[in-house]
Amino acid sequence: MGHQASSTSRPTRPDGAAQNKAARNRMRGACRGFLPTAPKPTALKPTAPKPTAPKALSGVSRPTRTRLAVAALAALSLVAAACGGDDADNDAAGDSGNEGLSGTTVTLLTHDSFAVSPETFEAFTAATGVEVSHLASGDAGALVAQACLTAGEPLGDVLFGIDNTFLQRGLDCGIFEPYESPGLADVPDEFELDPQHRVTPVDFGDVCLNYWVDAFDGALPPPAGLDDLIDEDYAEMLVVPSPETSSPGLAFLLATIARYGDGYEDYWEALRDNGVSVTSGWEEAYYGEFTVGGGDRPMVVSYASSPPAEVIFADPPVDNPPTGVITDSCYRQIEFAGVLAGAENPAGARALIDFMLGETFQNDIPLNMFVFPVNVDATLPPEFVEHAEIADDPFMVDPAEIEAQRDAWTDRWVEIVLR
Amino acid sequence: MTLGPTAGWRSCFAEARPEAESQPGHRQAAGSVIAAPPQDAASGPPPASAQDAAEPADASRPAAVKQLASKLAAAVLRRWQVVPAAAAVVFMGLFFVWPVGAVIHRGLGGGLGGGGGGAAGVGGLGEVLGSASHRSVIWFTLWQAAASTALTVLVALPAAGALARLRFRGRRLVRAAATVPFMLPTVVVAAAFEGVFNRLGLAGDGGLSLRHTVWAILLAHVFFNYAVVLRIVGAHWASLDARIEDQARVLGASRLGVFRHVVLPRLAPSLAAASVIVFLFSFTSFGVVLILGGPTRATIETEIYRYAIRRLDFSVAASLAIVQLAAVLALVIVSILMERRRAAVEQPRSGAPAPRGGGPALAVNLAVMAVILGLPLALLVERSLLAGGGGYTLRHYSAMAQQVSLLPDTALAALLNSVKFAVPAATLAVVVGAAAVVVVLRSAARTGRSAAGLLDVTLTLPLGTSAVTVGLGLLLVLDRPPIDIRTAVIVVPIAHAVVGIPFVVRALAPTLRSVSPRLREAAAVLGASPLRVRREVDLPAAARGAAVGAGFAFAVSLGEFGATSFIPRRPETLTAPLALFRLLGTPGDALRGQAMALAVSLMVLTAAVVFLMDLWGDARSGVI
Repeated sequence: MGHQASSTSRPTRPDGAAQNKAARNRMRGACRGFLPTAPKPTALKPTAPKPTAPKALSGVSRPTRTRLAVAALAALSLVAAACGGDDADNDAAGDSGNEGLSGTTVTLLTHDSFAVSPETFEAFTAATGVEVSHLASGDAGALVAQACLTAGEPLGDVLFGIDNTFLQRGLDCGIFEPYESPGLADVPDEFELDPQHRVTPVDFGDVCLNYWVDAFDGALPPPAGLDDLIDEDYAEMLVVPSPETSSPGLAFLLATIARYGDGYEDYWEALRDNGVSVTSGWEEAYYGEFTVGGGDRPMVVSYASSPPAEVIFADPPVDNPPTGVITDSCYRQIEFAGVLAGAENPAGARALIDFMLGETFQNDIPLNMFVFPVNVDATLPPEFVEHAEIADDPFMVDPAEIEAQRDAWTDRWVEIVLR
Repeated sequence: MTLGPTAGWRSCFAEARPEAESQPGHRQAAGSVIAAPPQDAASGPPPASAQDAAEPADASRPAAVKQLASKLAAAVLRRWQVVPAAAAVVFMGLFFVWPVGAVIHRGLGGGLGGGGGGAAGVGGLGEVLGSASHRSVIWFTLWQAAASTALTVLVALPAAGALARLRFRGRRLVRAAATVPFMLPTVVVAAAFEGVFNRLGLAGDGGLSLRHTVWAILLAHVFFNYAVVLRIVGAHWASLDARIEDQARVLGASRLGVFRHVVLPRLAPSLAAASVIVFLFSFTSFGVVLILGGPTRATIETEIYRYAIRRLDFSVAASLAIVQLAAVLALVIVSILMERRRAAVEQPRSGAPAPRGGGPALAVNLAVMAVILGLPLALLVERSLLAGGGGYTLRHYSAMAQQVSLLPDTALAALLNSVKFAVPAATLAVVVGAAAVVVVLRSAARTGRSAAGLLDVTLTLPLGTSAVTVGLGLLLVLDRPPIDIRTAVIVVPIAHAVVGIPFVVRALAPTLRSVSPRLREAAAVLGASPLRVRREVDLPAAARGAAVGAGFAFAVSLGEFGATSFIPRRPETLTAPLALFRLLGTPGDALRGQAMALAVSLMVLTAAVVFLMDLWGDARSGVI
């Protein structure tokens, strides 16, 4: 019997810049109107001058909350992205250095939550002649554990699905070969957490508090952010998954650490006194105790993409999601891909990583994995544009610090909240 | 009523017993003219006339030639036993012992190739045993498993008796349906339990709340393991001679007295077998502990997962895995000794279970089953039919044929894939398990007894070993030529078979052990070739056990998502448990409805397959 309990699960993910994207999409439409037969660029085109926003992360001892200037970024790259990169399906793989690749196979290792449309990898094969063999197992933690145990004799060529929570562990295990993809030109710098390019960002998502819209009104508005949660008005309303056994649970703990620093202990004591409920995994929290599943708690730790999912997979169809996102509680998770050290087909692996940054793959991400593409040129589906709220100011903690402190933080959390 | 080709032998000897002659409705094998076989098998050959009944075609051959042939065949068979023995040893060695050993070795800091890491390893183990929190986890794991086992046996034993001894309409269906919980993913079961608690008002803040209590864990373990006791003990019980109980009753024993002094002692082997499986299942239970027990409860299994996967601390994980293995090893050895020592050798009884009264007892048992098994399952069925807007609908079922963007294939295809894995997995489990049991039982009386015992123990261990250990271990060792099959499709059914084998072994061993050697010897003396003895004496007795074991192996494969979740799989081989987990991992009522429909389809499929296997087993063993 299995480990299918909650903890291995990786539910839906969030968005960051829906409004900006929407704006850009509108602009793109305009561009199309003007340039219906815009010539395709022959090589990956850097999207205009990339804004040099301050690096999101710092390695200082105190956890720092960093602001991702997503809005500014998207706005800056808007013009170039909208008019320049339009329809440019040049996934870099077809560019250079892959003459000998045709006929080879590249093996992609992912966690079980990875999904793409069947046509997507066919497009890669059509462009490069390289077949993709996809192998999936476990969750992000299991994936990293496997990769570390088989370091040097990897099970495949490319690993996708390591996130910023486990990133440092993967880097420490030495499982990745550096590779700087030209496709990174379309990716905001904030997502590139490894200066040596051992991993390449592919998508991102925000873990955020979700609330049941009908449970709140003018008399009791939904909390504005983390600070409000310890208010008596919101007593007995919140359910969170445990950071010990759940990825979103850990992300939420990291959000509080990014927000309060060492004060997170006092904050959690206050949350405990305010009647926070803890489950082992996301499923029990969301379907067991959150209002959605018939529970009596109108606030839950989930994802920014959960409301769009509630619309897309509604039964019967609805126009608006029954849930909303409290954007000032969001913790950003970035998922990376990397060429595995000792890969049998490193050239194919690099081509695949280039492809994963291209628009064909990036456009396919939201509806398959419910996370958001990192490529600023990617198009979001309408449900995401309409119903996904973006934290333009998400919390983050430096991966190296997570690696150093994770166990101490969760141990302390257990002492405070569960004992 | 079919009197299969096998029934001749058995009725021959059953009739030979003096008390059998007075049994009404007892079948007579055509043309058998049989003197009572000697009570002591060694006392001498039976009268020649018996040979006519047994092997009419051979009657004209000189006895000496036949004896010689028989001896030769026996010698060949003895030699050939090496083959199944070797197969079982190689299989378990390759796919269980080696991987687990490797992952523990690696976890303790040793390289795979050479020694070293010993000091760090011993230190890690000492650290785990020295820590109060780890000790309390170990203690909780042990006692909740023991309590779960006791509770399961207590609740399911009467039902096993009712199904073995009473004849009623739908008996087989009930027996098959009881297997269903076995393959249900814990996420689904936990949701069903929470639902039932809610309906019964046991989830609220009142004093009766079961939420996140030990009771919720114990109840769920009873739910999961009910079928183990019901089927393993039931199959054995049905093969016991009911006339002895009648005699005790006639002689004035009370019902309870008969049970305590006549039935229970004879059931000891299968009780031990079933108990060890229930214990190991509860011992390594993962989802139930995490979901129903809540975030404050931890067992060795959940701690291994937490340290290996969430914390990537392989040293503590490996130390915990050693503790887990040691505990399981000790328990399995004790239980197998019990199973052997208490094995009551008697003549199996063929024919239908005698219909007798016991209406009230049956009613009580069925009521208990309806509450413990029926309520959660019914709740799942209801949820699969609930329309989002209110009322009921079948659209979640029809949706299974359409692909959701989250999944690489349709839910229906996932269901078919699961069957495609379960069939070879169950076959492999039965073949390896049966081969091993034959060896273990035959060797018991001869040399190599301890080697056989070791095999017996090893075959049961996978059930008590952490899925993390097995899953990661398989990845570690299967990477060297000639077998780099880490990513091959066959690893999945192999991993399933490793977990299924203990069921086959533990279901087969008690029934086969209770076959009197006298029966075999008498058959041999009467001229049956060794192979024929196997076929006509052992097979009928084993058929039911084999069917029970195969049913479990099949159900386990359908639902297994422990070790398998760590093995890299191709997306096109999406299985039903994985599809369920993906569907439940994203918000949306349509996804949840489809997940419930998939779970119910899994239930129906499992019940149907187990039902058919039972039918086969019963037919082979002459039970109607």
